[in-house]
Amino acid sequence: MTNIVTLVKMVPDLVEELEINDDGTDLDRDWLRLIINEFDNHAIEQAILLKERDGGEITVIAPEAEGVEDMLFTTAAKGADRMIKLTGDLEEGVNNHALARAFAERAKSFQPDLILTGVQANDDLDGPVGPLVAEYLGMPYVGYISKVTLEEGIAIVQKEYPGGLIGEMEVRLPAVLGIQAGEEPPRYVAISKVRQMMKTVEIDEQEIPELDLGGGIAPSRMYLPEAAERAEMIEGDEDEIATKLIAIFKEVGAL
Amino acid sequence: MNQNIYILIEHLQGKVAEISYIMIAAARDLAKETGGEVVAVLLGQNAKSLASDLATDRVLYTDHVALAEFTADAYQKTVASLIQENEPRAFLFGNTSIGADVASVISARLSLPLISSCIEINGGKLTSKICGGKIMAENELAEATTLVTMIPGGYKAEEGQSENPPEVLSFDAPALDELRVTLKEYIVPEAGDVDISKEAILIAIGRGIQTEDNIELAEELAEFLGGTVCSSRPIVDQGWLPTSRMVGKSGLSVKPKLYLALGISGAPEHVEGMAESEMIVAVNMDPNAPIFDIATYGVEFDFFDLIDPLLEQLEEIKG
Repeated sequence: MTNIVTLVKMVPDLVEELEINDDGTDLDRDWLRLIINEFDNHAIEQAILLKERDGGEITVIAPEAEGVEDMLFTTAAKGADRMIKLTGDLEEGVNNHALARAFAERAKSFQPDLILTGVQANDDLDGPVGPLVAEYLGMPYVGYISKVTLEEGIAIVQKEYPGGLIGEMEVRLPAVLGIQAGEEPPRYVAISKVRQMMKTVEIDEQEIPELDLGGGIAPSRMYLPEAAERAEMIEGDEDEIATKLIAIFKEVGAL
Repeated sequence: MNQNIYILIEHLQGKVAEISYIMIAAARDLAKETGGEVVAVLLGQNAKSLASDLATDRVLYTDHVALAEFTADAYQKTVASLIQENEPRAFLFGNTSIGADVASVISARLSLPLISSCIEINGGKLTSKICGGKIMAENELAEATTLVTMIPGGYKAEEGQSENPPEVLSFDAPALDELRVTLKEYIVPEAGDVDISKEAILIAIGRGIQTEDNIELAEELAEFLGGTVCSSRPIVDQGWLPTSRMVGKSGLSVKPKLYLALGISGAPEHVEGMAESEMIVAVNMDPNAPIFDIATYGVEFDFFDLIDPLLEQLEEIKG
């Protein structure tokens, strides 16, 4: 039976306005709205597709953060078997090197055949989590994956390169794969099903006693970008804007 | 440790990737601060000729059958052993399908610090662009050999190219056996119904389009303007448009006369495929959307409120 571990983290929701803390060295996390890292969401979908195809068991591990329990229950509703929340000094955010060590430590105990995680996250500062976990566990890593097929002792994966080129690779298991996109878009589950999970499924809390931040970096300054040049903003009501846009389209010869 | 700045040259199917030249340009900025040389590292088989236009002081080249095509395992071993032997001040990689698979693993293997998504290096400060282009983070080189992954946007590829071939020195790859990753084959993308890289007018849609049904509105607009609809990654991941219409990092690079971006935030992964457009017009509800930093004209507006009057007026003009 294939034993799949999926590593997930919550990241800033970029639809919201982001602010910098008073020190100017990190995001202001007080008002930060978090959502699941979209690439991790694709990794979950890929894990569930593999389970549906070949059988197996899926364990999801995620560090404590605002909204993480809802995310874990949603994942359970999609078909994951075991949900683990890492607790400890994590709420203020932690670098990926430390997180990867914590992930590796927990994942190890399940003796996974395959570890799936997002190829990147929007708040990565010290590289993505996946390859770090792979190296801490002595497993091979391949990232930018958009298709996974399992065979005896190996995974056949499709790795994306620029321009739409795909490299089909054979990876010896156990391995860590960085998922760019699952074979299908992440599925939706009914809220009622998620609610049902809240009543029947338990999230296993596991404490990380000590975080090792080595290898990560702490930025000396964080700031909102100040563009050297910004677009000339077209103002007005919708009709006026439409008229101005049409004038621009004419100017470039599109009309 | 020496003060040299190393770069991993990326190449695929006999062609040096643009990010390699961009990294050379960045490395030269950094080398000015450290007082070292810029050294390109080229791995391959019968690939020495790829070094000819690299604007570096030196190129270190190794020829090995296991390095004929990129695989993470063989590249990681070779680069790790080179770092241990030469101890450069910094080592730059692309934040790409090649570089990102190598840099993080080496960071963990050799316990070296890693700075990712760096876009510009200035006066020894390395600036990274994160959170979809909404946040900048500034770092300095650490005490140990610092690994850096770079994204495009801060330098032009020409700055890293030279007509004078650099000195190429050969080095021996470490033992490359027991490899756990092998390339089976390349799959070349099927040509789409249109080649968006050749279109003069592109109507690009992003997450802001919300549902598949709304693509029709963009199609209607495209018809009036004699253009073609393309998109950012999320639209293709949803299966709403084929991969051949995707602009950006894993998709195509385009340079149309007009790039009309509807509901596209302008994350670096998308921008690298369209920043060279002659004119960019962006419509987005979010006043802080990074797309407005590169657009010629911007409209802070909900696309859905704008599309009807726009189509109506176009109808009047075109009849």
